[in-house]
Amino acid sequence: MDVVVCVKQVPDTEQPIRVRPDGSGIEEQGLNWILNYYDEHAVEEALRVREKHGGTVTVVCVGPARATEALRTALAMGADEAVHVQDPALEGADHLAVARVLAETIRQLRCDLVLCGRLATDDNASVVGPALAEYLSLPQATAISKLDISDGVATVEREVEGGVEVLQVPLPAVFTVERTINEPRYPTLPGIMKAKRKEIRTLTLQDLGLEPGKVGAQAARVRYSRFDPPPRREAGRVVTPDSPEEGARLIAQFLQETAKVL
Amino acid sequence: MAKDVWVIADHAGGSPRRITLELLGKGRELADGRGGRLAAVALGHPLDGLPRALGEYGADMVLCVEHPHLSSYSTEAYTAVLSELVQQRAPWLVMVPSTAWGRDCAPRLAARVGAGVVTDVEALWVQDGRLWARRPMYTRKVMGTVEYVGDGPHLAVVLPKVFAPAERREGRSADVEAVAVQVPEPRARLAETRSLQRERVSLTEAEVVVSGGRGLRGPENFALLDALAAELGAAVGSSRPPVDSGWVPHDYEIGQTGKTVSPTVYIAVGISGAPQHLAGMSGSKYIVAINKDPNAPIFQVASLGVVGDLFQIVPKLTEEVRRLKAQG
Ligand SMILES: Cc1cc2nc3c(=O)[nH]c(=O)nc-3n(C[C@H](O)[C@H](O)[C@H](O)COP(=O)(O)OP(=O)(O)OC[C@H]3O[C@@H](n4cnc5c(N)ncnc54)[C@H](O)[C@@H]3O)c2cc1C
Ligand SMILES: Nc1ncnc2c1ncn2[C@@H]1O[C@H](COP(=O)(O)O)[C@@H](O)[C@H]1O
Repeated sequence: MDVVVCVKQVPDTEQPIRVRPDGSGIEEQGLNWILNYYDEHAVEEALRVREKHGGTVTVVCVGPARATEALRTALAMGADEAVHVQDPALEGADHLAVARVLAETIRQLRCDLVLCGRLATDDNASVVGPALAEYLSLPQATAISKLDISDGVATVEREVEGGVEVLQVPLPAVFTVERTINEPRYPTLPGIMKAKRKEIRTLTLQDLGLEPGKVGAQAARVRYSRFDPPPRREAGRVVTPDSPEEGARLIAQFLQETAKVL
Repeated sequence: MAKDVWVIADHAGGSPRRITLELLGKGRELADGRGGRLAAVALGHPLDGLPRALGEYGADMVLCVEHPHLSSYSTEAYTAVLSELVQQRAPWLVMVPSTAWGRDCAPRLAARVGAGVVTDVEALWVQDGRLWARRPMYTRKVMGTVEYVGDGPHLAVVLPKVFAPAERREGRSADVEAVAVQVPEPRARLAETRSLQRERVSLTEAEVVVSGGRGLRGPENFALLDALAAELGAAVGSSRPPVDSGWVPHDYEIGQTGKTVSPTVYIAVGISGAPQHLAGMSGSKYIVAINKDPNAPIFQVASLGVVGDLFQIVPKLTEEVRRLKAQG
């Protein structure tokens, strides 16, 4: 079973994010960049598939030079190979374009299964996985919390409103993973040392036979034009009541008179 | 020029779900502004009274596709049907509810028809003749403004509880058209659906959410929240630690790695207010917090913060709510 995992590098969600004064983007200086949280789960699941069924795990990333570090993290966890697509023409590309680039990259690899994260914690799009499945003409399941493979068919579970769906999906397929699917391992020291020496294959749009005009900013169908800090919440009231009854009364009164939900 | 606005209906048992009404409400305004028609698209088997109800909630036109392969959601069947309809009729804007199926389908549909897609939409407006959307990003530390390029079709995956629902007018009716479309047999097969026993209202649609954190100390204490929620007609959620400790299922989780909710009132009980939690609830209209630590960060976003012991306050609050309701 050869598994390809798509990984993105994102700012650590523990940090504050500041918007540039002109609203053109976020301040990148001083940010700590990490492997997207859900992608850690995707890498972990791929490693488990390899442990059970044999094969390889290849991680693929589309992103600027710094994103190599995210690939190194995945290699340190135990991935076999890494491919980094880097091209200045991708500045301003939309999510569909990123999916298209990933599709072309994956076409060049041996692949029985593609895993992505449920979403990237920077732009929270949840777009790349299903779009990638479309460009590869493969079946898909999103936000899966369980994966079992036997005889070329994957049985997956996904959380839906009010319950869980169990799907049977013939492979190859594209799945995006929910965090509950597993508990990712920490990279070991030997793993980290080994990852440092591994070669990361770098590709450009030209290597993939993609024209910049088809996937770059000119091709984008949505354009981020402005970033703002979230609206400030009106300052509230914090009270230390004399008794629990007093606290309860204040809240009930608030629900009735201010929020009008009673 | 493409003008029509479509709402892809989320429905159950022949009735539109609340989010469908919210999309119809916003869709009406956008279609009127553009001089187009508002169409609801109903996929399912059987559809029963759905087309009629969609008319009552303001759709000018209902496009119905009824087929056994559509009796439950399937990525491949939905994408095939919707892409064919979109390609045939070229709407300007397609509004999709941000539900498990909406998020699964919309990006694939966008890729197939070559449409721009924006997810987690919290605002939609027209300016300079173009369509714009606003959405939270970076765990709600940033709001992004996105411009749709070109004349459409544009896809918007819209969060629940951000637009006012359309009002029902009995007797109002839409042109209902049954559309014949090829529906492929999906490769991915739904083997089973297991339902989770929850309150009547769903977490993302609830007017009031009562949410518990690590301060609850154990699964048995969620009964305190259930009792309060029952009085308020609220849904119960949680921060992440109760999920990780196995007190409640992941379905409860609110935040970066859980659900996004924007109820009228969010009552945070024993929750400190970490940024990853705020990511899922700071869009709520009012936030009420009960926490014994006066320095808990949740108080910085709370409309009303009460410093105290949740084990003493919550039962008293449930009683007080019951008393007020009895007074009518
Ligand atoms: C990548 C990543 C993603 C994450 N995603 C999420 C997410 O989606 N959702 C989420 O919630 N968290 C998420 N977290 C975790 C988050 O960082 C916090 O750890 C978590 O939100 C804390 O939950 P809590 O407030 O319930 O617990 P704590 O921070 O431990 O707070 C418990 C609170 O209860 C109060 N308390 C205790 N006893 C009482 C009492 N008797 N009466 C009143 N108050 C009491 C305490 O004063 C304290 O403020 C994520 C973390 C990471 C790293
Ligand atoms: N630039 C990228 N390179 C590789 N994989 C990506 C990239 N962007 C998104 N993905 C994958 O798609 C998932 C969802 O991302 P998004 O659609 O941006 O929320 C991520 O968890 C990754 O698995």
